[in-house]
Amino acid sequence: MSYKFDTLSLHAGQVPDSQYGARAQPIYLSSSFVFKDADQAASLFNMERGGHVYSRISNPTNAVLEERIAALEGGVGAVAVASGQAAMHLAVATLMGAGSHIVASRSLYGGSHNLLEYTLPRFGITTTFVDPRDIDAWKNAIRPETRLFFGETLGNPGLDVLDIPKVSALAHEHGLPLLVDSTFTTPYLVRPFDLGADLVFHSATKFLGGHGTVIGGLVVDSGAFDWAASGKFPTLAEPYDGFHGMNFAEESTVAAFLLRARREGLRDFGACLSPMNAFQILQGMETLPLRMARHIDNTRKVVTHLASLKGGAVESVVHPDLPEHPDHELAKQLLPKGSSSVFTFNLAGGRAAGRKFIEALKVFSHLANVGDAKSLVIHPASTTHFRMSDAALVAAGIHPGTIRLSIGLEDPDDLIEDINRGLSAAAKA
Amino acid sequence: MEITVAGQSAYVYNGGKTPAPADIAKQPVVVFIHGAQQDHSCWTLQSRWFAHHGFSAVVPDLPGHGRSGGEPLTSVEALADWIAALLDALGVEKATLVGHSMGSLVALETALRHPGRVSRLALIGSALPMPVADVLLDAAQGNEPKAVAMVNGWSYSATGQMGGNTVPGLWMLGMNKRLMECQKPGVFHIDLAACNAYARGLESLAALDLPVMVVAGSADRMTALKASRALAGAIRGAQLHVLPGSGHALMAERPDGVLDALIGFAAPAK
Repeated sequence: MSYKFDTLSLHAGQVPDSQYGARAQPIYLSSSFVFKDADQAASLFNMERGGHVYSRISNPTNAVLEERIAALEGGVGAVAVASGQAAMHLAVATLMGAGSHIVASRSLYGGSHNLLEYTLPRFGITTTFVDPRDIDAWKNAIRPETRLFFGETLGNPGLDVLDIPKVSALAHEHGLPLLVDSTFTTPYLVRPFDLGADLVFHSATKFLGGHGTVIGGLVVDSGAFDWAASGKFPTLAEPYDGFHGMNFAEESTVAAFLLRARREGLRDFGACLSPMNAFQILQGMETLPLRMARHIDNTRKVVTHLASLKGGAVESVVHPDLPEHPDHELAKQLLPKGSSSVFTFNLAGGRAAGRKFIEALKVFSHLANVGDAKSLVIHPASTTHFRMSDAALVAAGIHPGTIRLSIGLEDPDDLIEDINRGLSAAAKA
Repeated sequence: MEITVAGQSAYVYNGGKTPAPADIAKQPVVVFIHGAQQDHSCWTLQSRWFAHHGFSAVVPDLPGHGRSGGEPLTSVEALADWIAALLDALGVEKATLVGHSMGSLVALETALRHPGRVSRLALIGSALPMPVADVLLDAAQGNEPKAVAMVNGWSYSATGQMGGNTVPGLWMLGMNKRLMECQKPGVFHIDLAACNAYARGLESLAALDLPVMVVAGSADRMTALKASRALAGAIRGAQLHVLPGSGHALMAERPDGVLDALIGFAAPAK
């Protein structure tokens, strides 16, 4: 007997409250937890007993969230943190220090790119960015000091499908783990561990929470990577003076990464998740399979409609469902349930058309987020990238008329009507 | 620590401490013996307590398992002799043995074959005999992923299948699945076949003359409470300690319950 995905989405990690029988997950909004006696206190600190001491390190509500995402991903456990960015930083900082090197896909969310390109070098960690579709580029970028491969299940902004089986196999040949940002896909659409990835992180702010309410992040460990055998990870496979000489890989054969991430990363960097936020994300995850199915269903209808307008108001649509997308076949193989409800299309007009399109919309919300239950839209050329010239935009892979949509759960006819309203306005720009 | 036992390298976890092998015998020794397709890490919490409370915790990876070298041994009797050899290698005359599932059979057999070497015996998730269903034996031989899924499905109570780990953030079923998956090919079937073939009868346990505790989960579907009760009943003076609601994976589902039982049995307050 093992429970299936939809059941785990509702229940995993949660044991009904033994004191009052609360069916919903209680929010343990407490900074700290009373010790039963001095012996129990000492045992908790020395990892002889499980339990909670202080909510920067662990919290009962957060622990339910951590188990739930681990169950859905097929991992051994997880650490909940304050945001997706905190999750990525925690993964990197747990694995390596100054002098280390990362090979990353160049098709990344801007926040991840900023961290790798500009911020981590200040701490001695450098990154080589590669075309995620070019396996030789990944291989050629490996250096003796490389410690990690990193990519997104669906790259930004072109929805490049990361060939996790190939990229992870190459990483493993060189004793390296593959970290994957699975925010856009969630475990409903793909479980990267099943394809060979070693670590996954999520911005839980997006589809996991699903309602645009709270910021949160999760790092999940497959437990499959052999840190000791690799010989490249002293933070995990050598004694750590900062925790009584603990050798995390000896302590836990399959959860060494998570032990260090919690015992050092949460302890020292402190990017913990509020239990209030954990509760909201758990509420969202209860309906994850239902919402994701609807997101994908609505997206297919909108993509089909936009694609039918090509040659007129629409210049192009970028989505792996479409045969002209370079990863159409790979998406069918790796993402059989569907690939993404976040995608872009290019208006035939330029920057001015983009502005008119956005301003005419009544159902889509104009804001900088994705993965809400409500449909969202942004025009990069007039918002996130407004300082860039048209030529610079094109060099960055963004058209002046590029519109990014995050398709929500509304009636798809209303979404299509809203898009048509925007296209009519754009045509008059 | 890495030592040599019976001519093969053996890895021994020491509850988070790093004693020299020669220092092990300077304190009372507790040996923790893991079950089929497992390694030392199933004992981390309990062994850490003993290592930090005046005992030497000796938590080996059995031959061919985890970090230990050699081939997996094919019978409970051979494994029992290996435990005696482990004690020899560490210069330990007598030790408390704690075993789970297959490890409990190894502990039991060690006490019978080498009675002078065992001071106390804690048998966790245990039954005698310990028959293994043909469907599982077949899967372990020809389809290890299927066998892993079967054991994971049967090792946890219905509640445990939903999680609720006392150790924050760790998903018990995922941990156990991955730990089983990372053992070497072929180990699983050898371990299960050894359990299945262990033919000692309950009546032979009358020869035991030492304190014995049997720890059972009331929701154990691998070694049912009824069988654990019969085992305890066949051993003169044996205690039976039942952990309500726990399945077979007692150290994961009820880590504090197992630890408290062990403390009461092997390290009672003076």
